Amino acid sequence: MPEASEAKVKLATVNESPASARDLLRIVIVGHVDHGKSTLVGRMFHDTGSLPDGKYESIKAMCERRGVPFEWAFLMDALQAERDQGITIDTSQIWFKTDARDYTIIDAPGHKEFLKNMITGAAQSDAALLIIDAAEGVREQSRRHGYLLHLLGIRQVAVAVNKMDLIGYEQDQFDLIEQEYRDYLTSIGVTPTFVIPVSARAGDNIVTESTTMAWYKGPTVVKALDSFLPKATASDRPLRFPVQDVYKFDQRRIIAGRIEEGSFAVGDELVFSPSNKKARVKSIEAWSTIPGKEQPTEAFAGESVGITLDEQIFVERGELASHVEHAPIETDVFRARIFWLGHESMVKGKTYRIKLGTMEAPVTVQSIESIIDTSDLSNTSSHQVERNQVAEVVLRSRRMLALDEFEKAPKSGRFVLIDKYDIAGGGIISMEGYANQRDLITSRSTNITRVEHGVTTEARAFKNGHKGGVLWFTGLSGAGKSTVAVALEKKLFEKGYNVFVLDGDNVRHGLNANLSFSPEDRAENIRRVGEVSALFARAGMIAITSFISPYRSDRDRAREASNGGDFHEIFVKADVATCEARDPKGLYKKARSGEIKDFTGISAPYEEPDNAELTIDTSVLSVDESVEQLVNYVEMKFKV
Amino acid sequence: MDRLDQLESQSIFIFREAFNRIENIAMLWSLGKDSNVMIWLARKAFFGHVPFPVMHVDTEKKFPEMYEFRDRYAAEWNLNFIRELCPPIEDIDDTLPPAARSAARKTAGLKKAIEKHKFNALFAGIRRDEEATRAKERVFSPRGATGQWDFRDQPPEFWDQFKTDFPPGTHIRVHPLLHWTEVDIWLYTLRERIPTIPLYFAKDGKRYRSLGDKDITNPVASTATTIEEIIEELRTTRISERSGRAMDHEAEDAFERLRADGYL
Repeated sequence: MPEASEAKVKLATVNESPASARDLLRIVIVGHVDHGKSTLVGRMFHDTGSLPDGKYESIKAMCERRGVPFEWAFLMDALQAERDQGITIDTSQIWFKTDARDYTIIDAPGHKEFLKNMITGAAQSDAALLIIDAAEGVREQSRRHGYLLHLLGIRQVAVAVNKMDLIGYEQDQFDLIEQEYRDYLTSIGVTPTFVIPVSARAGDNIVTESTTMAWYKGPTVVKALDSFLPKATASDRPLRFPVQDVYKFDQRRIIAGRIEEGSFAVGDELVFSPSNKKARVKSIEAWSTIPGKEQPTEAFAGESVGITLDEQIFVERGELASHVEHAPIETDVFRARIFWLGHESMVKGKTYRIKLGTMEAPVTVQSIESIIDTSDLSNTSSHQVERNQVAEVVLRSRRMLALDEFEKAPKSGRFVLIDKYDIAGGGIISMEGYANQRDLITSRSTNITRVEHGVTTEARAFKNGHKGGVLWFTGLSGAGKSTVAVALEKKLFEKGYNVFVLDGDNVRHGLNANLSFSPEDRAENIRRVGEVSALFARAGMIAITSFISPYRSDRDRAREASNGGDFHEIFVKADVATCEARDPKGLYKKARSGEIKDFTGISAPYEEPDNAELTIDTSVLSVDESVEQLVNYVEMKFKV
Repeated sequence: MDRLDQLESQSIFIFREAFNRIENIAMLWSLGKDSNVMIWLARKAFFGHVPFPVMHVDTEKKFPEMYEFRDRYAAEWNLNFIRELCPPIEDIDDTLPPAARSAARKTAGLKKAIEKHKFNALFAGIRRDEEATRAKERVFSPRGATGQWDFRDQPPEFWDQFKTDFPPGTHIRVHPLLHWTEVDIWLYTLRERIPTIPLYFAKDGKRYRSLGDKDITNPVASTATTIEEIIEELRTTRISERSGRAMDHEAEDAFERLRADGYL
């Protein structure tokens, strides 16, 4: 074996393997650039005895040869390019062990441009160590990284306030930093488990307790890390089993995938969303050459498995299998908090490809609700999201998606967005203000055939002197829908039309008296009105509906209910400020005071129509002018 | 799930993602302990099948035991086996130090083979803990048109969402073992009873910890004659795995230059 040259040291420093039967915890190290991450890691390695033989001496020798002062950080800086720039370029991993267990340390660069790598590193961690320079205090990146850890779902965070030697190991200054950072973390819903004063350079509170900071009673960095737990795989939660592929290598048709949460057994009935096909698990397939090993009958979270089904249903990659009683949400619109990594900004109205588990589909940015400043948590509005920004957006898909809310099921509640060839961002899902459309699209009754009418649509139209149809008014509360609808009804009636107004308040007194104002019930309310108005239309009448109907998907469903009949979406348009100034029922006032929750336009979304047949702008037109325009429209569209 | 189950499950997931998303993919078989585990994991992922070609880029300078192993198991495991030869050493950049030049020959052979078979992607059995530049690798790692690795601008990779969309002409390396360590490989080899080349076991106080070409691979001092003893030895050693691989150590940046140019 050749003698170790000095040169070899740089490349082979950090590669000692841990022992495998032991527990493993993955820790990401983050923090503002130059706050001492690499130094802390170097020190931790040295003090836990994790450095290979002679490495410390070799690095020292190399520094002398290069004429630079010794730095603990050199241990991390394996690549030439990093040494030149003095910053860590990409996520890197190294291994060390304490008495308690093995660690993979993921070093995430602090430089602002390298957010991508920080995300790459942090997303796979069980816990995080965040470093703040005691002399510099809490900086933008300190807050930003804390925020992103929270966004990525990392809840175990230890904070090391480093370079205490530079501030004379003063408790007062440490207390100020601790207070400031704890306040920030608390405001985003994170409770830091530990805040530890350290000096990585001098070795205080890294592995050995500091003698110069007797005022600190908490654990050292290594003790703090040892107290963290590996991310648990969730077998006790509802089943989420995304289909990764379907194989037919032999006579078996195997549906392959990894169980993200939950478990199932042979014989269980599974539903595949969003196709909603159902079948029972016939077998769980596994390949093994170990003699006597039996095929499994149960499978659990974290396992990559394959199953066969008792029925030959067509399922493909992207479907999400679950048990019937705990199926995922189905929707074509959802809210998301995203971080953007794309070289090109995210733009409102642009279509990207979403990858949600194994599913891929085009989604359009319906709205950018706000850009979140992660250092002070303030919101600003914008039509685009720049690289490295965090934003709240609403995404819409052309087809139904099966998903979960991140808070309830993280693995099926997060996604990435692809712009052309690249992963350009990631996000977590919230359904706040949006309905689960599963119940609305699942038709409960079967074995129903429509009765053929003895009277044709044409005969009805001939007798009435006009065609039947729906004028679907949509718009904010106070936009003038009901006022215009009632005036229009009167005018049309006088002209000999068979016309009837279905108004929100009236319908809720009877037909929909059992519905609340939850997103699901609002959707059901609109669904029923859609069906009823379609019946009116088929009866030959003109139904005018006057409902806020804020969601595009609900209006589209009403359009479908009319089954190819005359359906006209009328956008009664007035902006929030105008409506709020009118406030005929005093509702805006109540919404502003918080008395009414989820009020459209204030605390719940209104999705403007993008395919309305007619727009009536009531901030410009009077009631009479609006009615006149509508009468002209009806005379043109409904004549026989 | 114990640690080996977790590692296995993650590797299977990677295999299935790549096989589904990328057309025309093959596996590199270096005949060493890692790539043998990799073949094993592929058989697990695809229920006893390896549904893509398995390629050995041959320097013709491997140990006889390695060739013997290859020929036996290519048949026994029912592999779609491809063997490609490396170009002569005279064709390779003579500014490289000798061992690195020898390794670069393998890179050239690899490029030629990729071109010949029009492979869009290759599974490679590298691990993060082997070597510091490999620690920075992605699971799905794109290479430029000439095979080079741009470690300065790697795609983001999180939540097991890998970069699976590429402009035409991109070549991809997929690394199903990236998250394994050397001890993991041996523990798994032991558990699964995966066949092993005898050179890994100590003979006359020495054994090979990592297998490469005959002329640029050196044995390390060892008394480990069983896998259990190897595991025990690795748990206490402070010598790095690739210390016997000459090309890593000729210059500070030799390995980095090799990798940037497309070496595994």
